[in-house]
Amino acid sequence: MGNAEHTAHDHSHDHGHAHHHEESWVSKYIFSQDHKMISKQFLITAIVMGVIAVMLSIFFRLQLGWPGEKFQILNFFLGDKWAPDGLLDKNAYLAMVTIHGTIMVFFVLTGGLSGTFANLLIPLQVGARDMASGFLNMLSYWAFLISSIIMVASLFVEGGAASGGWTIYPPLSALPQAMPGSGTGMTLWLISMVFFIASSLLGGLNYVVTIINLRTKGMSMTRLPLTMWALFVTAILGVLSFPVLVSAAVLLLMDRSFGTAFYLSDIFIQGEALDVTGGSPILFQHLFWFLGHPEVYIVLLPALGISSEIISTNSRKPIFGYKAMVGSILAIGFLSFIVWGHHMYVTGMNPFLGSVFVFTTLLIAIPSAVKAFNYITTLYQGNIRFTPAMLFSIGLVSTFVTGGLTGIILADSALDVNVHDTYFVVAHFHIVMGMSAIFGMLGGIYHWFPKMYGRMMNTKLGYVHFWVTLVCGYGVFFPMHFVGMAGAPRRYYDYSEFPFLDWVLDLNPIISTFAIVGGAVQVLFIFNFFHSMKYGQVASQNPWSSNTLEWTTPVKHIHGNWPGAIPEVHRWAYDYSNPEHEEDFVPQVVPMKPGEHAH
Amino acid sequence: MKLLIILVIVLAIIAIVQLSKVYEFTRTLRKSKEEEISPADNKLNANLMLVWMSVFFIGTLYLYARYGEYLPEPASEHGKDVDWLMGINIWMITVMFFIMNAMLFLVAWKYQYKKDRKARFFAHDNRLEMVWTLIPGVAMAFIIVFGLITWNKITGPASEGAMQIELYSKQFAWIARYPGQDGQFGAANYNLISTKNEMGIVSKELIAAKMEELDSEIEGLKAQLEENKKLPVMPESYVETLEDKIFRLERHKQRILDLGEYKTANGMSNWVTGSDDQVVKSELHLPVGKEIEFVFRSQDVIHSAYMPHFRAQMNTVPGVPTRFKMTPTITTKEMRGKLADDKFDYVLLCNKVCGNAHFNMQMKIVVETEEEYLAWLEKQKSFGGEPAQEAAPAEGTDAPADTTMKAAMPAAQASAKMTH
Repeated sequence: MGNAEHTAHDHSHDHGHAHHHEESWVSKYIFSQDHKMISKQFLITAIVMGVIAVMLSIFFRLQLGWPGEKFQILNFFLGDKWAPDGLLDKNAYLAMVTIHGTIMVFFVLTGGLSGTFANLLIPLQVGARDMASGFLNMLSYWAFLISSIIMVASLFVEGGAASGGWTIYPPLSALPQAMPGSGTGMTLWLISMVFFIASSLLGGLNYVVTIINLRTKGMSMTRLPLTMWALFVTAILGVLSFPVLVSAAVLLLMDRSFGTAFYLSDIFIQGEALDVTGGSPILFQHLFWFLGHPEVYIVLLPALGISSEIISTNSRKPIFGYKAMVGSILAIGFLSFIVWGHHMYVTGMNPFLGSVFVFTTLLIAIPSAVKAFNYITTLYQGNIRFTPAMLFSIGLVSTFVTGGLTGIILADSALDVNVHDTYFVVAHFHIVMGMSAIFGMLGGIYHWFPKMYGRMMNTKLGYVHFWVTLVCGYGVFFPMHFVGMAGAPRRYYDYSEFPFLDWVLDLNPIISTFAIVGGAVQVLFIFNFFHSMKYGQVASQNPWSSNTLEWTTPVKHIHGNWPGAIPEVHRWAYDYSNPEHEEDFVPQVVPMKPGEHAH
Repeated sequence: MKLLIILVIVLAIIAIVQLSKVYEFTRTLRKSKEEEISPADNKLNANLMLVWMSVFFIGTLYLYARYGEYLPEPASEHGKDVDWLMGINIWMITVMFFIMNAMLFLVAWKYQYKKDRKARFFAHDNRLEMVWTLIPGVAMAFIIVFGLITWNKITGPASEGAMQIELYSKQFAWIARYPGQDGQFGAANYNLISTKNEMGIVSKELIAAKMEELDSEIEGLKAQLEENKKLPVMPESYVETLEDKIFRLERHKQRILDLGEYKTANGMSNWVTGSDDQVVKSELHLPVGKEIEFVFRSQDVIHSAYMPHFRAQMNTVPGVPTRFKMTPTITTKEMRGKLADDKFDYVLLCNKVCGNAHFNMQMKIVVETEEEYLAWLEKQKSFGGEPAQEAAPAEGTDAPADTTMKAAMPAAQASAKMTH
């Protein structure tokens, strides 16, 4: 472990340095290269983006719940063009749906989730002074911020933001004649995405390199906490799949702006037969989903890693089946690359190819089931402390199971024919991404808040936040399964044009009400977050009696993380309630007692 | 109104601030730490797990009872297989849903924090883990096998005698084409699309008409440019726009000249077989009990032909024809009887976002007996040699150029919805 010693040496240098020169405000808070500060920057940007995305969803849920009714609040926020007299405009509706999805998937659950927790936890949990490259890390954040700003700005351009759904399928997204949102808004969407992907790659490379090279002495791969494994595999998925989205986006930009025809063929629109032949709109879908499906796990795996850590700590029990948990993360990561075609069963894809994707997709159910069972067994015979983070993690397991099971239906091509692109799909992926992954993120924030800000979040507000969010989340997304099975397509502005759907539509106002309450209760969380940052109770060094390395660093952040040498690791991260010890937790830095059994 | 909203938000925030201050004050008085979860709180949350579980399960059962019959019985042959498979799958995942969630919430409740208990150090058990790798493995094998059997049935090639109907999508309407007496569709090409020939059907006359149209357009533009040469009033950029337009129109002509003529199965030219095709914009009529192979084409963007009552769906992709076969089994009349609803109609929806009127791009489907169907078909005009009059029904005069510009329901929908 020459590396670790080397960094330890480096550090004493750094440390002395830090004492002599106070950092300027700008280099500390703005152009910081410290991973802890960058993590906070990611988190706060993601919270701002999340608030925007949730507000957009409430705007379109108002229209869906009470179609055709006028809401002054819409006019208040959206103005006369998008909500004349408080009635949501049809183009605006599609723009909101699109930007809501884009922000949630990419900015909150990819940039926000990985960016926050990979940055905060990787150096702290593997025992490193900082990321492998602090400079690239800083660039990663700044690219993320630029892309966020462009994405939000796209809401304000002439014609509105991109409106073809977050999957931006061409030709709709390629032809400015096809809809107003395919004009400037779409160009900005693509440019924003290119910055976003750059951010994601810079971050991802850094995470992978740091985990491989900068582990402290004794931190073998098999002693890594599961958060590290999850973030490691996530970063690899991102590095391998995001470049494909760049290609897809650049080709689309060319089709839009330079008259190429990668995705276009035989199109007559707005009275003109376009000079395009030989392209294939389906090609875009293959490229998009080659990223798009790993992306689902880029969103989910960090949440699973976080919850493993939280559940083990708060059950005061080792995570059950550590090796199986690592194995399933790896299996899910691998399989996620060969299942993208299940998004395309009804595109006219060769049915045999469809069969292959049915097979690979359903295989994912196996590692997923192993994870779910292992979570429950970890809780079994534990001594559970219900911290807000623990509640969110238990909520995560429930939603992971519920949402995962409906995935079985969608994976089955013969069944997908009838539920493809209906609300059933919306229900499925919101329960796994909108609930599971968000719960993982919220749980992580409650759990590591003391590490980030040196203060505690308010527990009581956390309880209220969790229970209302859980009830509202299920209240919104569970009934959507039935709306979808009854044949209601997604991305419809108004369902009252179809009499055969009337009998399920009484669910829509209920769903919207839950959405509004669920959205409103997030104010509680945001208040708790910012208020505790300043006025919360001062945290102790290891508030949750946890084993992992990050809790051995001082509460007040310092450059280089540990004031002295980086501690050496002697055991795995899950020695909770080990019968060979008096205490119910044994931090990784505690040496093995003579004759003690290692795990 | 705006003031009121702001006032409510401000008041809510003040209320939360005050509440949390009171809470923190009491906390300091009791000298308790935020991370120490009091026994009362632990118990409360553990009990809430049970309360939530009951609410969740009762709610789920209610939804199953009230909305579980998600669609009327399938009106197509393969639909029965799909529903059977769906039934098995739903049954399996529902059982797993209840077991797993119940286990989770019960375990969480039962093993709530007790001061005198120590958690059991239980790190792994290979046998247990093997069991829950194998169980989903076997379940998946079952699901995959039955799923693929059904999938192959649905997507296998259509039988020899299957009749073909073309479904054509455009923003924001469906058009159906029946092959006519000869059973062969005429060639179609997007370069020939005009307001009078919305599907771009090919015939010598239509080619000539289109060429003429393009020629006159080019001439018009050239004349404008000539005028400008004599008296330059146009800005440079506009001149370029016009020149570019002429260039593109010339290319358009070239693409038409490149169209190939082929012999179809019955020895006729595919430029001729289109003349008896029947183009229908109002309703899609299908004979009951006959296998139908739909051929899907799209004019502009990707749409998706979704017929939930028949458990059928296929995307329509510009430039890439797609197919889906099915056999309707229940006529509209029979279905109305079964549902005791005189107004019931089968419907074809668009299920791929395609623009602002996506939500209303629909076509009524009428399934009827073969006699009724043939009688209806006979009344449909054939495309004929004189497309100008015959192909454009009175209500279908909407110019494609203005469909997206209208914020309200475009004329295209109005025509699609209009019964004859």
